[in-house]
Amino acid sequence: MGRYWRTLRRFWSTAVAVQLEYQANVLIELLAVAMSLGGSLFLLSLFYGPDQTLGGWSWAQALMVQGLYTVFDGMASTWLRPNLGAIVTHVREGTLDFVLLKPIDSQFWLSLRTLSPGGLPEIALGFALLIYGSVQAGVVLTLPSLFTVLVMLLAGGLILYSLWFLIAATSIWFVKTWNATEVLRALLASGRYPLNAYPPALRLLFTLVLPVAFLTTVPAQVLLGEAAAPMLLAGLALAVLFFSVARAFWLFALRFYTSASS
Amino acid sequence: MRIFGLNRRIIRVLLGSQYAHMLEYRAEIALWALSGVLPFIMLSVWSGSEARLGLGLDGVALDRYFLSAFLVRQFSVVWVVYAFEEDALLGRLSPYLLQPLHPLWRYVAAHLGEQLTRLPFAALIAAVFFVAQPQAFWLPSLGGFLLAWLATWLAFAIAFLFQSLIAALCFWSEKASALERLQFIPFVFLSGLLAPLTAFPPGVRALAQWTPFPYLIDFPARLLAGQPVDLIAGFAAQLAWVALLLPLVLLLWRAGVRRYSAMGA
Repeated sequence: MGRYWRTLRRFWSTAVAVQLEYQANVLIELLAVAMSLGGSLFLLSLFYGPDQTLGGWSWAQALMVQGLYTVFDGMASTWLRPNLGAIVTHVREGTLDFVLLKPIDSQFWLSLRTLSPGGLPEIALGFALLIYGSVQAGVVLTLPSLFTVLVMLLAGGLILYSLWFLIAATSIWFVKTWNATEVLRALLASGRYPLNAYPPALRLLFTLVLPVAFLTTVPAQVLLGEAAAPMLLAGLALAVLFFSVARAFWLFALRFYTSASS
Repeated sequence: MRIFGLNRRIIRVLLGSQYAHMLEYRAEIALWALSGVLPFIMLSVWSGSEARLGLGLDGVALDRYFLSAFLVRQFSVVWVVYAFEEDALLGRLSPYLLQPLHPLWRYVAAHLGEQLTRLPFAALIAAVFFVAQPQAFWLPSLGGFLLAWLATWLAFAIAFLFQSLIAALCFWSEKASALERLQFIPFVFLSGLLAPLTAFPPGVRALAQWTPFPYLIDFPARLLAGQPVDLIAGFAAQLAWVALLLPLVLLLWRAGVRRYSAMGA
């Protein structure tokens, strides 16, 4: 275990050092994040007139959902995209061989090798929006609810990672479908709005098949004190399930890896 | 005889080879088509929302608007800046520059080939939509369809020229493709892809009319959906943007090529 921690520290400190070479990128990233958050808030405001709600959610409550979405989007650009997006390159160029030969778990290496600090401001902005929305919505934070929301955020992160990893792992077979994660990203955008804003059939889809609900709506409900225990348990169960499936699928996929140019 | 360096044979060979090339990548293109589902997600939020009344699109009009927005987007997607950046980086641009044909034509042909490959996938997604929402089914009149087609082509032309302008800036700075990312954000919010322009407050709407964005999605989509639109104003604005961008692209490109020093050996 200690070895994995030490390796992780090395991975991330080198990744940050590399990124510091490109400081202009950070500024561009910051501008892009600010513009896109501004656009999202503008779009959200279109759904709200005087005494209007979106699926029964007030403006402040919807801001909390939007904030949580921003946090996960930032997480995707800091952690998931730079790492899991590189898997297909490893498969195509045959460099996955080198990863597999290392005396460390290959999923660990592929999932945590690098970090792109450019996404961190987005995470910070997301949390700021979440806190602002919570205060406006009159959320009273208690120790149990803080604990629950942290657990649910971890579960949401695990679900997102597992989904992304599952799709990225299919590149062992289908190198040409490297952009499959773009489809996932497009569908994840549904997490910008509370689950109740969708028609019933889609709600089911976003809860069980593509569990976006557990990323944004459920943690917001926890803070608002409206979360039902079965929903929380379902979220935890799905997180464990998705992660186990992703792990098993990776071990299965590796049996089919035949390296490049052979 | 060659017009702008093109004659019938060159056009046929360019389109044929690029279409064959794109067919090789059909799985990838199918996924790109599928990743354009955002208008459908927005449709499901809009149709259940209380703000829907302010859109002026009641009944099936809203379904038709968003389906049209999806289709218009499918056939006006532009990626020339990425293709150009890769070609410049790998040194493939040098042989293209030596040929007696403007390299941009090659990219135009690649985009058209890609659109043709995309057509069956986009049609399939539209068919699935109609199975789920049979009451929204409609066939535009022939005249309406042709006008919408023309408007989509002009939208593609504006987007293509706009991105070629950014691509030409790559001759000066490696950061130029970041500009594409930055302009994509107002495009998404102001084009009508996520919300019809009638949803905007009047001030924002008036401001948006002065950008090229509403003419890329909202105007062609309304035409295709059979909504009442100001035909003359819409087409005039589209043509004005083409007329503004075309000389800029050509000038900037010519100046850029003079600066170009090939990568690699």
